[in-house]
Amino acid sequence: MHELSVTESILEIAVRHGQNSGAARITNLYLVIGQLSSIIDDSVQFYWDIVSKDTLAENAKLHFRRIPTQLRCLDCNQEFAPVKEDFACPECGSIRVKVSAGEEFFLEAIDIEKT
Amino acid sequence: MTQRVPVVEKILNANDRLATDNRAKLDAAGVFALNFMASPGAGKTSLIEHTIQGLRGKLRLAVIDGDIATSLDADRAAAAGAQAVQINTGGECHLDAVMLHDALANLDLSTIDLLIVENVGNLICPASFQLGTHQSVLIASVPEGDDKPYKYPGMYRGVDAMVINKIDLLPYVTFNMEYFQRGVEILNPGVVNFPLSCRTGEGIDAWISWVDQQVKTIRAV
Repeated sequence: MHELSVTESILEIAVRHGQNSGAARITNLYLVIGQLSSIIDDSVQFYWDIVSKDTLAENAKLHFRRIPTQLRCLDCNQEFAPVKEDFACPECGSIRVKVSAGEEFFLEAIDIEKT
Repeated sequence: MTQRVPVVEKILNANDRLATDNRAKLDAAGVFALNFMASPGAGKTSLIEHTIQGLRGKLRLAVIDGDIATSLDADRAAAAGAQAVQINTGGECHLDAVMLHDALANLDLSTIDLLIVENVGNLICPASFQLGTHQSVLIASVPEGDDKPYKYPGMYRGVDAMVINKIDLLPYVTFNMEYFQRGVEILNPGVVNFPLSCRTGEGIDAWISWVDQQVKTIRAV
C-alpha cells in the first residue's frame, strides 16, 4: 500500500509540468504502468481524489495504460509473455530470461486548459 | 481549448534523485550500507544481531530501523551493541529515500563502517523505493514457503544478495529448495545466496565473511 506516496509524486510531476506550460487547469493524466510494478489503479484513484483537491489538477481524470509483462529468452532469443507465474521460456525451457517490458511506471502526458 | 503536454517522467524520479544524494553522502564518509528487506518474521532483526556480534571488534556498525510504530527492533540492535536510529513510518509500508536522508542526519557517519537499514517487513512496497544503500539483501525464510519468488517477482528481481533463514526447520515443513532456487535463478540469475539459521548459527559465518568482504571491496575503490 504505497499508493499514497506514489500518488503524491504523480501530482507533483503533473502540477510542475502544468505550471511550466501555463496551465489554468489540468484535465487529464495519462499514466503508463507495467504489470510488474506493484501499483493498484483503484488505490491511486482513491488517493488522487484526496491529494489533488485545491490544486491545478483537481478533478482531472486519470487514465491508466497497462503494459503486459514481456520476456526475452537469453538462449534462443524468443520473445514471450510469461504463462502464469513461471518465467521459463516456452520454446526451449531455458530459465535464463530478461524482462523486456512490464516494469514501466511513468506519467506519459497531461491535458491542460489555459483559460 | 485542451492542449496535450508530453511529460514522460518516471513517477519515482524524485525519490531516486534523493537516493543518489544519500549514496554520495555515505560514500563521502566511507560507510558501506545494506538495505535489509523481508516479510515480517523472516528474521531481519535476528540476522542484524548476529551480524553485529560477528563483526564486533572488526567493523563499527549502525542500524537504521524502519517500523510502522514501535522501536522494538531498534532496541534489540542497540542492545546488541550498535548505534541505532529508529524511523517510525507512521503506517507507511516501506522506507523511502527521504526517510533515510533524515535518519542519516541523526548518525555520526565518521564513526561508522557498516550501516544496516532494516526496511519495513513487506515483500512488495520496499522493492520499489531506492534508498541509496550500496546493496540490498532479501531475507527469505523456510516457513514462508518455496513459492515466494514466483509470487513476489519484484522483490526477488531487485536484490543483490539473498539469505534463506530458518533452514533448521527444513525437516519439519514442506519446502522444496530446488523449486525455490529455480524461481530465484529465473528472476535473479547468479545472485549470491546464504542458507542459514539464526537459531542454530549454521551458515552464519559465510554470511559474516561476505559482509566483511563487501565493506573491504568498497573501501578499496
